[in-house]
Amino acid sequence: MKHLLTTADLSYADALSILDTADQMASVSSRSVKKLPALRGRTVVNLFFEDSTRTRISFETAAKRLSADVINFSAKGSSVSKGESLKDTAQTLMAMSADAVVIRHGASGAPQQLASSGWIDAAVVNAGDGKHEHPTQALLDAMTLRRVRARREDRPSTGMDLEGMHVVIVGDVLHSRVARSNVWLLNTLGARVTFVAPPTLLPVGMGHWPCEVSYDLDEVLAQRPDAVMMLRLQSERMNAAFFPSEQEYTRAWGLTPERVAALDAMDAPTVIMHPGPMNRGLEISSEAADSPRSTVLAQVANGVSVRMAVLFLLLSGDESTPSLSDN
Amino acid sequence: MSSFLISTVSPEGSDPVDLLIVDGVIQAVGEPGSLETPDDVTVVDGTGLIALPGLVDMHTHLRQPGHEDAETVDTGTRAAAKGGYTAVFAMANSKPVADTAGVVEQVWQLGQDAGWADVHPVGAVTVGLEGQQLSEIRAMAESRAQVRMFSDDGKCVHDPVLMRRALEYVKSFDGLVAQHAQEPRLTEGAQMNEGVVSAELGLTGWPAVAEEAIIARDVLLAQHVNSRLHICHLSTKGSVEIVRWAKERGINVTAEVTPHHLLLTEELVRTFDPVYKVNPPLRTDEDVMALREAVVDGTIDVIGTDHAPHTIEDKESEWSCAAMGMTGLETALSVVQKTLVDTGMIDWSTVARITSRRPSEILRLRDQGGALEAGAPANITLWNPAGETPVNPETHVSKGRNSPYKGMPLPGSVSATFYRGHPVVLDGELNSPLSS
Repeated sequence: MKHLLTTADLSYADALSILDTADQMASVSSRSVKKLPALRGRTVVNLFFEDSTRTRISFETAAKRLSADVINFSAKGSSVSKGESLKDTAQTLMAMSADAVVIRHGASGAPQQLASSGWIDAAVVNAGDGKHEHPTQALLDAMTLRRVRARREDRPSTGMDLEGMHVVIVGDVLHSRVARSNVWLLNTLGARVTFVAPPTLLPVGMGHWPCEVSYDLDEVLAQRPDAVMMLRLQSERMNAAFFPSEQEYTRAWGLTPERVAALDAMDAPTVIMHPGPMNRGLEISSEAADSPRSTVLAQVANGVSVRMAVLFLLLSGDESTPSLSDN
Repeated sequence: MSSFLISTVSPEGSDPVDLLIVDGVIQAVGEPGSLETPDDVTVVDGTGLIALPGLVDMHTHLRQPGHEDAETVDTGTRAAAKGGYTAVFAMANSKPVADTAGVVEQVWQLGQDAGWADVHPVGAVTVGLEGQQLSEIRAMAESRAQVRMFSDDGKCVHDPVLMRRALEYVKSFDGLVAQHAQEPRLTEGAQMNEGVVSAELGLTGWPAVAEEAIIARDVLLAQHVNSRLHICHLSTKGSVEIVRWAKERGINVTAEVTPHHLLLTEELVRTFDPVYKVNPPLRTDEDVMALREAVVDGTIDVIGTDHAPHTIEDKESEWSCAAMGMTGLETALSVVQKTLVDTGMIDWSTVARITSRRPSEILRLRDQGGALEAGAPANITLWNPAGETPVNPETHVSKGRNSPYKGMPLPGSVSATFYRGHPVVLDGELNSPLSS
């Protein structure tokens, strides 16, 4: 693996390797001295063309726990607003000898362009590109699900996949890079995926995706899935007539207190996931977010572990950075 | 005066003849070796070559005035000559927009001065291409440029009343309106064809229905007001079906397809290389096949290149910020050969029809698109169908380097282009312009 751009082309073996490494990284994070020397002297650049404090500090924490030097490069709006081009930014980072570039960009495909352009030699990690993919989010979700399964089956998570698990993903699939990364990765790991959304928020042309689609959340929850993942509803969707009103959305597709109570009444094993930040009262109620079923904070913790694993696997085996004597 | 004998050349793929050009006119056509020639005649060996009436492109972006960094009338018509074109129609989305007699006369004059091919400006339907108010269509028609085709290409004349008025208005001088069919609300922020690939890539879709809905509306409008409608760059199977239906009903509609929509599909967008970003977008394999069939059965009348050169900086960026469009003048005939001739779907006389004869009829050109016979103006393209060369945009004479065929082997090459009897291209290289 030279880059991490999508989960669509992530093999089963690579996915398991990242998850197994992430489990090891998690044990580092639970120690009092939360640091490994693995990436000492390597430079990781967080190149963020979009605001995302959560993802950026997660990557920053991950890199620092591996002793890498971290540079945060906030280039918000730069290319879109006719400022510095992606190419110039990339070449600037190259001139600074970045070993890995973690890129968040509003344009689908920007990480792939960066990786394939020849502008830069560093490992590229996609931290979310447009509506395309957000692979480390899917990996942290998979890690969370794997740990849920390990606990339930009372065996170690190492080497485990998600065979037979049923994961329901609810909400704005159309605009969601989280949904896209999850559908491929969860399928690779053997889970069954059901999307639930209003038809307006499902993309045309997803007929061949390895998932089921439903418009009825209650019917799907009645199947007692292993997990229900609520996608964040972006505020700009409200004004674009994808659905009539927030109230109607919440009634039909929100994880309301009534739906949590229904899961409890069935004694369903379902955990409640959310990539954050949550719109409490819209796609997820406080009762759901704060219920014992919620894995939201575990997801955040697992995010650091997964990102440590990705950076470690991409950089530790890489000898391409020239040493001083090469000059 | 100058005279050329093109020896043993195959006119539109038929039996070889000798073809004598004197002073800009085809003076005689006869059996090889049978013609009497002037002493100072220049002999051009036509063995193995196909003679076609000079190509006519109804859809070119020459970028001048205003975007001379991307193309000029001079460089664009050099590219036209190199691609075998002897006449091009320059779309109106220059800066300023070609919406007045002044601008269209300027473009026309630049074409005359360049001397590589006839340049016919296309007039904007609405002022500034803004879709609000008709531009001074009649003034452009009566100018030295004698504009007959009007289009807001790049934008759709989406207001149905405005479209109706435009169709009616051009009737007074036998003009036509060329529609860029794109329903604007259905394509807000659109980046690529809406379907399987857009769903995966998370790029905002440009649905086929946005093209088809406008075409359906406009053929009905053209029928209602009994005027002439031309559909630019048809790109979907559904559009073909609507135009076929309209033609069966006797509606006066003509249709165009670009070379890239005959060959390339949306799968290329997976590379996120903006060279494949174009409007209308690359569609599916099924659409490509339907478009080829539509050329064969005459539903589609003409090949239009939609040659759209861009600067490197306008293309070398994130997909969603990159400009739409690709170059095409210098590769068009190769793509036609690859997709339609080499597949056995059409012969060379049909190639002449779709690249020259039919566009000349639609535009009422008297000195283009004629038969290769004595007395006709000597606008002739000599095409060598043999061989296959990988496309290298760095060698193109267009300023644009945004060729989607980069590295792709394409068949055939232009051996010579005679523009009004003068070899603007000879031995496959640019020669010299026609001096005015």
